[in-house]
Amino acid sequence: MKKRFTISPAVLAGVIPLVFLSLFYFYPLAGILFKSFFSQGDFSLSSSGYVVQSKRMASIVWFTLWQAGVSTLLTLVIALPCAYVMANFNFRWKKLFMTLATIPFVLPTIVVAAAFQALAGEKGLLGNMAAEQSLAMIFVAHMFYNFSVVLRIVVGFWSAIGPQMREAGAMLGATPVQILFRITLPLLKPAIFAASFLVFIFCFSSFGVILILGGPEFSTIEVEIYRQAAHLFNLPVAAMLSLLQIVITFAMMWVYTALQKRLVQFSPDTEAVSAKTPSGVMEKCMVGGCVGFITCFCLCPMLSLVIKSLWVEGGISLIFYKSLFYNVSGSIFYVPPVRAMGNSLMFAMATLGMALVVGGCAAVVTHGAKGRFAGFLDPLFMLPLSTSAVTLGFGMIITLDAPPLNLRTSPFLVPVVHTLVAFPFVMRSVLPALRSIPNSLREAATMLGASPGKVWFHVDLPIIGRALTVGAVFAFTISLGEFGATLFTARPEYATIPVAIYRFLGQPGATNYGQAMAVSSLLMLVTAAGFMVIEKVRPQGHEGF
Amino acid sequence: MNYIILKSIEPVPACAGMVNGFFFVKEIKMKIHYGLLLLLLSAFVMCGCSRDSEKEKVASTPVVSDTTVVSDTATESETPVAVTAPEPVQEITLMTHDSFSVSADVISLFEKAHNAKVIFLKAGDAGEALNKAILSRNNPLADVFYGVDNTFLSRALAADMFIPHLSEHLSDVDDSLKLDPSHGLLPVDFGDVCLNYDRKWFETHEMVPPAMLEDLIKPQYKGLLVIENPATSSPGLAFLLATISRFGEAGYLDFWKQLKANDVLITSGWKEAYWGKFSAASDGDRPLVVSYASSPAAEVFYAKEKPAQSPTGVILGHGSAFRQIEFAGILKGTDQEILAGKLLDFLLSPDFQADIPLQMFVFPANKKAVLPEVFQKHARITPEPATLSANLIQSHRDLWLSQWTELML
Repeated sequence: MKKRFTISPAVLAGVIPLVFLSLFYFYPLAGILFKSFFSQGDFSLSSSGYVVQSKRMASIVWFTLWQAGVSTLLTLVIALPCAYVMANFNFRWKKLFMTLATIPFVLPTIVVAAAFQALAGEKGLLGNMAAEQSLAMIFVAHMFYNFSVVLRIVVGFWSAIGPQMREAGAMLGATPVQILFRITLPLLKPAIFAASFLVFIFCFSSFGVILILGGPEFSTIEVEIYRQAAHLFNLPVAAMLSLLQIVITFAMMWVYTALQKRLVQFSPDTEAVSAKTPSGVMEKCMVGGCVGFITCFCLCPMLSLVIKSLWVEGGISLIFYKSLFYNVSGSIFYVPPVRAMGNSLMFAMATLGMALVVGGCAAVVTHGAKGRFAGFLDPLFMLPLSTSAVTLGFGMIITLDAPPLNLRTSPFLVPVVHTLVAFPFVMRSVLPALRSIPNSLREAATMLGASPGKVWFHVDLPIIGRALTVGAVFAFTISLGEFGATLFTARPEYATIPVAIYRFLGQPGATNYGQAMAVSSLLMLVTAAGFMVIEKVRPQGHEGF
Repeated sequence: MNYIILKSIEPVPACAGMVNGFFFVKEIKMKIHYGLLLLLLSAFVMCGCSRDSEKEKVASTPVVSDTTVVSDTATESETPVAVTAPEPVQEITLMTHDSFSVSADVISLFEKAHNAKVIFLKAGDAGEALNKAILSRNNPLADVFYGVDNTFLSRALAADMFIPHLSEHLSDVDDSLKLDPSHGLLPVDFGDVCLNYDRKWFETHEMVPPAMLEDLIKPQYKGLLVIENPATSSPGLAFLLATISRFGEAGYLDFWKQLKANDVLITSGWKEAYWGKFSAASDGDRPLVVSYASSPAAEVFYAKEKPAQSPTGVILGHGSAFRQIEFAGILKGTDQEILAGKLLDFLLSPDFQADIPLQMFVFPANKKAVLPEVFQKHARITPEPATLSANLIQSHRDLWLSQWTELML
C-alpha cells in the first residue's frame, strides 16, 4: 500500500520533465555530438586525442574545477551568516534587502563590469582598488552573482525549521554553539548542499564572468568550447569538451547524491513562529551587520549604475532616459523601452510557468522514484545547467528543423531555453522541502481516506509552497537576464531589455553608453517589481510552507 | 496535459484539513488557481508568439494546439491568415550577426516594391552566425545571409552554400573588394580596423600620438594601449592580421614580444576594451585602443552636443590598418531564389548602401552611395590598407592564434 501511494503520482509527474528534456535537450545534444564526431564518415579519434593530450586543455579543466570550488566556498562564507539573520529575525525592510541581494542575478556581465569599474576602478569612488582583470575579480563577481542563490534557498528552508528542537537542546543544557553545530546545521544540510551544488555548477560553466572580468588569460571549459565552436569551427573538439563537461557534472552529482544520506526529518513550522524581532545588543549587531553587508556588496554597485545613468556633465539629468524613447538612427532594430519591458516580462512569465511545472514535477519524480533508476534521475535533471550554450544552440539548429518541431526561428524557443536553465533551480529548491516532510503526515492522510493525488495536493504541495516561490523567483530572474537565446530569435518585435543594452553598447558614442546604463537601471527596476508580485501571488494567511 | 491534471483536482471536496490543522482546502484551491493562471499566461504567450513567427506556419501549430484552452487564442491565431488571403505577402528571411542594423524606412522601400516582408534573424557574433548557417546548409534558416567577413571568407566558400548572383550594382563596386570570383558572395560594406586615440589625453600630456605600428613599442607609449584578444574578437583578429601583414610571418611574433614588454593590455572583446579601458569612453586609463576608423564619426553622431572635432582620432598610416570587408549571398536551398536575388540587389543598391554608415558605422561598398556629412567629416579610409589573402588567413588562422596565445597569455 505504501509503495503504491508514493510511486504512482511520481511516475505520472515524471512524464512531463522527461518528455521536455528529451525533446529540447537530449535530442539536440545527440544531434550535434553525432554530427561532430561522424560528419567525416568515420569517428575522428584525432580530436579526442588532441583534447586528452593537450597540456593547455588539462590546465583549463583544472582551472575550471578549482575556481568553481573556491567561488562556491567564498559564496557560502558570505551568504550563510546573512541567511542566519534573514531566517531568524524579523526586521524592517527585510523583503527589500532580500530583493536587493537577488537583483545582481539579472545584470549582464558587461554592465556588472562597468559597475565594479565605477566603484573600484582608476577613477572610481573608492579609489583604485585594482579592478583590473584578475582572478580576484572572478571570485568577487561569482560571489556577487551567486550570493542570492545560497541566501534564498537556505533561508527558505531555514524559516521552516521550528524553534522546538533548538529549545529542547537548550533545555537539555546545550550552548548556542553546540545547538548551531549539532542541531541547526545538520537540519540545514540538504538545503546548503543543494545551494552549493547549484553555485558550483554555475561557476563551473561560467562564461561571461571569465571572459569579461577575468580577462583573456583565464579560460574555463565553457569559454574554450565557445572559442573552438564559434571562432575556429573545430566542432569535434568542442563536442569532446562538451561531453567532458557533462561527464564531470554527472560524476559530481553522483557524489552529491551519495553524500545525501538519510536525512533528518522534522515537522515543518510556520514562518511567524521561527522568526523573531532582534533583542539585545548582540542580535541587533548581527542584523545591522547583515544589512550593512548587503548594502555595501549589492546595493553600491547597482547604485553606481543608476548614478551613471543620471549623471550628465557634472549634473543630474534625465536626458538618457528621455532619449530612450527616441529612435535617433531610425533603425528597424530600435527597441522602445516599454516594448522591451513587455517582451522581457512576457518571456519571464512563460519561463516561470514552464519552469515551475517541469521543475516541480522533476522534484516529485526524483523524490518518489525508487531503485536503480532513481539514482540516475537526479544527475540527469542537472545536466542542462552545465551544458555549453553554444553546443546546445548548434544542436537545436540541426535537429529542431522539421515539422512538427520546426522551432529554430520561433520565439517559443526562448522560454524553452530559459526553462532548461531555470527548472533545475526550481527542482533544487523544492527537493529538500519535499524530503523534509515526514512520511507519517502522508500516511495519516492516506489512512483518513485520501487518494494518492489528494495526499500530494493537500500535504506535499502546501509544504513546498515556499520552496516553489524561491524557484519561481529564480526562474523569473534567469529569464530576465538571459541574453543568448533571446538574441537568436531577436527579431525587432521580440527584443528584450538585455538585447537593448547590448545594442546600445555595440557602437561608440557617449549617448549610447548613457542609454545602456539607463536601460540597465530599468532592468533592475523591472526585476524588483517582478519579485514583489511573485511574493504577493503566494497565498497570504498561509504563512510559509 | 498539465492543465488536465490540475483541472481534475480542483473539485476535490474538503477532506484533508486534518494533520495538525495545518492545511486548508481554500488555500490549496487558491494555489491551483494561480497555477492555472500561470499556465494560461504561458499559453497566451506561446500563441501570441507563434502567430506571426514562422516562415512555415505548420511548425508552430502543433505546439499551440496542446495548450489552446482558451477560445480567444484560437481565433486570434487564425485572423492573420484571413486578412492576408487576397494577396499573400511573401516572407523572406535575412540571416545576419548581432551588429547588423538598417533603417525602418529603407527596408520598407524593398517591402513595398516587392509586396514582401523581410524577417531578420540575428544569430550571434560574426563567427557564430556563419557557423550556424554552415551547420544548417541542408535545411537553411534563411534565404539571404549578410555578414561574412574576409577573415571567414574561405570557410564560407568551402561550405559551398551560396548561389552565384551577378548583381547589376556590382559595376559600382571597387574591384579590390570583390574577393569571390564566382560571385556567390558579394561585397556589401567595409571598414578599417585601426588604432584610435584619446585626443584630450594626448593634449594634456603634451604628447604626439603614435604614427605607425612600430611606434607602439617605444618607451613613451608604454602602458597606453588596450587591444582585444584575436581568439575571441574580430577587431582583435584584424589587428593581429595587420601586424602579420606589416612584419611578415617571420617577424610578427618579435613585434608582439616587445609590445608585451611595453605593457599592452588585452581584453576579450571590443566592448570591454572600448567601454571598460579606453580613457576617452570609460573610466579606464588607456588612451590607445584598437577600434574602427569610423569610430570617431560615431562619437560625434552619438554625442550630446555635436562637437566640431571628434574626441577620438585614428592612426592609419604605414599599413597599420586592416581592411575588413563584409559579404552577402543567397543561401542554397532557398525556395524563393528570385525574391532573394532581388533582396541581394537591394542590399547593394544606393538606397540601402547610403543607409549603412549611420546604422553600422562602416563604409558602403557601392561607390554611388552618398556618405552622410558626419562620415565625410569624421570617418576615415586608409589609402594603404594592410592585406592578406583570404586563403592564407584560412589556412594559417589556427597556427597564428595558437602562437599568439602562447606568447601573450
